[in-house]
Amino acid sequence: MGDIIDIIWDSLPRMLDGILLTIELTAFSVALGLALAVPLALLYVAKNPLLSLPVRSFVFYFRGTPLLVQIFLIYYGSGQFVDALKTVGLWTFFREPYFCAVLSLTLNTAAYTAYILRGAIQNVPFGEVEAARACGMSRSLLYRRIILPLAFRMALPAYTNEVVFLFQATSLVSIITLLDLTGVARIIVARSFAVYEIYITAAVLYLIVTYAMLWGFKKLEHLWSGHLRDRDDTDETFAAR
Amino acid sequence: MLWDGVQVTLSVALSSMALALVCGLLGAWGKLSSNKLAHTTAQTYTTVIRGVPELILILIVYYGTPTLIQDTLELYGIDIIIDINPFLAGFMTLGVIYGAFATEVFRGAYHAVPKGQIEAAKAIGMNRMLLARRILLPQMWRFALPGLGNVWMVLIKATALISVIQLPELLRNSDIAARALRMPFTFYFAASLYYLAIVSVSMLLQKRAEAWAARGVRRA
Repeated sequence: MGDIIDIIWDSLPRMLDGILLTIELTAFSVALGLALAVPLALLYVAKNPLLSLPVRSFVFYFRGTPLLVQIFLIYYGSGQFVDALKTVGLWTFFREPYFCAVLSLTLNTAAYTAYILRGAIQNVPFGEVEAARACGMSRSLLYRRIILPLAFRMALPAYTNEVVFLFQATSLVSIITLLDLTGVARIIVARSFAVYEIYITAAVLYLIVTYAMLWGFKKLEHLWSGHLRDRDDTDETFAAR
Repeated sequence: MLWDGVQVTLSVALSSMALALVCGLLGAWGKLSSNKLAHTTAQTYTTVIRGVPELILILIVYYGTPTLIQDTLELYGIDIIIDINPFLAGFMTLGVIYGAFATEVFRGAYHAVPKGQIEAAKAIGMNRMLLARRILLPQMWRFALPGLGNVWMVLIKATALISVIQLPELLRNSDIAARALRMPFTFYFAASLYYLAIVSVSMLLQKRAEAWAARGVRRA
């Protein structure tokens, strides 16, 4: 029992470094993915098929294939085009597992987020749109003030799930040699043979961060829905019955 | 070779889905049960499984379980080496993981059955088995179908992770081919199209199944 605690204690600093990389990858991909997803969602619902069809195919492809395949396709697959990538000067990026990891995670979450957002945009009550038009809002003002804020709030629960999934999916980057939490755990296991001790420690760390994130999103949801709640939350006690 | 992989992928996915349905029904029963032990067990099950990446769980089951058993047996002076078959490890892990997601689906489906019907069944003296068989399950399937379809889609894509423990499924076989012929992009892209095809066919079947399950529902 003593050795087990020693092994875990000794490897904890390295595992904390690993989880920092995990969080960093998640943060970058979530931020970039969201920035991409908003315009993509707007194009997705566009009436012109020239605009919507490419976006729909992109979303269909990235939602329909495993993330691991996408990571392999970008990291190993780019190796097939070394010469072409070298001539345009992109090979220095595609050579780096870190860049490939962020790129594939970003594209993946952008596709899922765009799909969630387009669902929310289509569910904005038509009355609100009609009222905004009646007030003489231009299209961009209508999107900025009415449709997008409403859509964001409606999409938040689904988006929370997406962020948690992405956080857990970052464990796949360990397969392309990055030292995230899973990567660090695999290296320690290979050296120490303390298989389940180390993996279970890693699992506990993932669990803690996941539930911390869920808690944070719950606060955000509470904050954004203030105007929808009753003044005193008596109906919550009913719901908990 | 890729086609062989597709067959392995499909058989892992189908068997995991079957296990997930069993785990899901058990989990939902536990969550809805008034028995404290069953409730806590089910609650812990879904909380832990959904908070830990699939890859870590697969590694724990594939590499961790044999060592754990060996270490335990060593304490009793038995010295053997145990190897888990990657198919078994993959199927068990994915089944248990997606069982946690199926649990939530079934729980939602249970709540979607109108309370009055359950009361009425009790009032005419049905016992719990009969109530489950005649009233709950036939309706729960219909409510659960969209959610289960989702679980299936995610499960199909998650089978790619088992390539990490060297099961010759679709991604693993494309990997071998890609390395042998030095055409990584071609083979991974081909693999991705196979996944896309499986997902598309599943979507069509799901639509059919939902229409079939709803055939007795009158729409306004």
